[in-house]
Amino acid sequence: MDVTRLIIVAVGGQGNLLASKVLGEAALLSGVPVRMSEIHGMAQRGGVVESAIVFGNAESTIISDGEADLLVSFEPSETLRAMNRCNSNTVVITNLSPLPPFTVTIGRGKYPDLEQAQKLIREKTARLIAFDAVKLATQAGDVMAVNMVLLGALAQTRIIPLSTENVKTAIQTRTKKSFVDINLKAFQLGYEAAEKEK
Amino acid sequence: MHKLLTNEPGAGMLLLGNESIARGAIEAGVAFASSYPGTPSSEISLNFFQISKESDLYFEYSINEKVSLEVAAAAANSGVRSMCIMKHVGMNVAADTLMTLAYVGTKAGLVILTADDPFMFSSQNEQDNRYYGKLSGLPILEPSSVAEAKEMTAAAFTLSEALQEPVILRTTTRINHSTAVVRLGEIKERKTKGDFQKDPFNYVTVPAVSRKLHVKLLKNIRKAETLSDQSPYNIVHGSGNFGIICNGVSYNYVLDAVSELNLMEQVKILRIGFSHPMPEKTIKAFLKDCTRVLVVEEGEPYMEEAVKAFSQEAGLILPIAGKSDTLFSRLFEYDPAMVRKNIAAYFDIPYKPTQAVDTSNIPEIPQRPPNLCAGCSHRATFYAIKQATKGMETIYPTDIGCYTLGFLPPLSMGDFLICMGSSAGTSCGFSQVTDKKVIALIGDSTFFHSGIPGLINAVFNNHDFTLVILDNRTTAMTGHQPNPGVDMNELNYEGYNPVSIEKLVRALGVGHVSVIRPYNLKKSISAIKEAIEYKGVSVIIAKEKCTLYAKSLKQLKGRSFYVTDKCKNHRDCINELACPAFFIQDEKVKINPSLCVGCAVCAQVCPENAILPVKNKD
Repeated sequence: MDVTRLIIVAVGGQGNLLASKVLGEAALLSGVPVRMSEIHGMAQRGGVVESAIVFGNAESTIISDGEADLLVSFEPSETLRAMNRCNSNTVVITNLSPLPPFTVTIGRGKYPDLEQAQKLIREKTARLIAFDAVKLATQAGDVMAVNMVLLGALAQTRIIPLSTENVKTAIQTRTKKSFVDINLKAFQLGYEAAEKEK
Repeated sequence: MHKLLTNEPGAGMLLLGNESIARGAIEAGVAFASSYPGTPSSEISLNFFQISKESDLYFEYSINEKVSLEVAAAAANSGVRSMCIMKHVGMNVAADTLMTLAYVGTKAGLVILTADDPFMFSSQNEQDNRYYGKLSGLPILEPSSVAEAKEMTAAAFTLSEALQEPVILRTTTRINHSTAVVRLGEIKERKTKGDFQKDPFNYVTVPAVSRKLHVKLLKNIRKAETLSDQSPYNIVHGSGNFGIICNGVSYNYVLDAVSELNLMEQVKILRIGFSHPMPEKTIKAFLKDCTRVLVVEEGEPYMEEAVKAFSQEAGLILPIAGKSDTLFSRLFEYDPAMVRKNIAAYFDIPYKPTQAVDTSNIPEIPQRPPNLCAGCSHRATFYAIKQATKGMETIYPTDIGCYTLGFLPPLSMGDFLICMGSSAGTSCGFSQVTDKKVIALIGDSTFFHSGIPGLINAVFNNHDFTLVILDNRTTAMTGHQPNPGVDMNELNYEGYNPVSIEKLVRALGVGHVSVIRPYNLKKSISAIKEAIEYKGVSVIIAKEKCTLYAKSLKQLKGRSFYVTDKCKNHRDCINELACPAFFIQDEKVKINPSLCVGCAVCAQVCPENAILPVKNKD
């Protein structure tokens, strides 16, 4: 089976480890070989959390610079920071709602301009799907469902070898019971947002 | 039921490497486990801790790795299958025990897990613990995948019993923190009680006994050499005149590279999973048919040195390379593209790497370093120390924990750090040879781990410094594991006896001891001033529960604060405290109510008294 390499970047607390877990479970359901790795040592202290997910017949659990087929980012400045993981064929999905790092608050850095960021990403990669995932998560019923919104958009691209049904089933079995309805709604809103971005 | 106790042999389960290791031990019937927590190994211990609360598995968080290994060594020598888990640098702490435990050996299986951390994602060095196998004479197993980690953990117990020696299971971060599907096996019954048979002439390591035991150890190493040569974990596959010898996660990168470069007909691979002792016969036979060999291993040239020595013994003259300025580095971790590129270069195979996008015109992105949490009491303590020492020349030896992050500006608390416990020891030297005020910073768990000897040393040798024990009532950095100071009743666990840091410190004869509540800045500053004026060893215990831990215990009761119109934009709050709950909107300081825990420290810092609890908002 062909190899598909997905990188997810987020800020600690945004729930990307749960998103990875859902994709892993969906791969298990689909019989698709999957290997993932994550760096989460300081996740709770506001640092960057990165997951690599490799679908298909490969042994490696990490993804080298320039070799991601897909980049899903939960925060727009982190999308830019992760550009070195992409090549000209990479599809990028990003939330557009910023979480400025604390260095910006104390005047040790400037938050990038979002219009310019999108323009740069479009020039350098195959496709950019960009929208306000926080807005859609809030609309679904909980701001914490940003991860599920982005999973919906990811499923819509059909680049990962998993059916939408299996991802939904994994959301039902692997996320907290009381959040399943909100999560599925968030997933659907993300799916539709990506459709509009065609 | 804990998911790792699932009794469904053959079922596939998505597991983290550390869960896979814990499951492997459970399948092997491990009945006794001990650990001092350390990333990247922490989840193994966490799973054992949870399992021990619902089964007859015994697990303990020990005070440090040395004690942890001694605890496990006694259990194993009483006939109970045991495991001891630590991060790579923990092995240094346990090394005194390890070296002579190798002489003594074990009765039941004893597996020592060391989790190495190439690239130092969360460590102070990237030492390669395979050398501990060589140093101690103990066998080492090294898995290459999450699934293999389970198999090897179980096999390590069998190997340990076959040799009557502890076995070192060595992982790296990318095994511990990778996730994959693992097939469950059968769970062996746990034998939780053993018996210790007296045998002082084999157990009491006085010189006369140890001379005999060293002979026994060397014999065991010879036996282990044979087992290494026969091991299913030292495997050759593929055919061709080019040879690649690899281990651990590098094996995965080699397999992917060989398939992507279409070298299946030209390259044969020797994967070393039983890496101490190295399989001499296997390697010599492998080299014989090769024209050129590349050794792919993260860390030190451990295998490369052995392979070169074997080739010399076998009288084989062929190029063997690994670490060099043009090939692999001893630094950091490897990745698939780097391995692919070096394989192509070494064997002269045409290869065009995928071009990453050009990032030269991407604007600079502000850094996002990890930060002390909103309302973290360490921030308050650091601020109070700064105020109390205004105008003084100071040195702040620091230690390992969340509070190490205080070395970053604007707090800038932390001048020297070597290892766990080093704040107390190094303060003795700094205070002796400099005229600056030395104030050492150490967390509660680290104080128990290895800070106590440094403090006793300071009392006895009459050094002059202040030790600040940042007592946040848990081992926060690695995920809130208990330490001997923790009140286990709060976690609904019975049968523990918490140790009072204050009573301990007073009993040591420390001349000046004070306990502060860091959220009360005024009182804290005056207590710190008194302590640093004291000539001799003084101790301040800054006691306040970690906010994340308090939140998980549902003990956070503070109301969030907000900035009123009285704010004149001095920004002392941001510039001196740097609490992440602050943000700037329309050039005004605001507080994010979902992050603010209501510690009220910023309200005490504000010169205009412009920061108030939300309740008072009209």
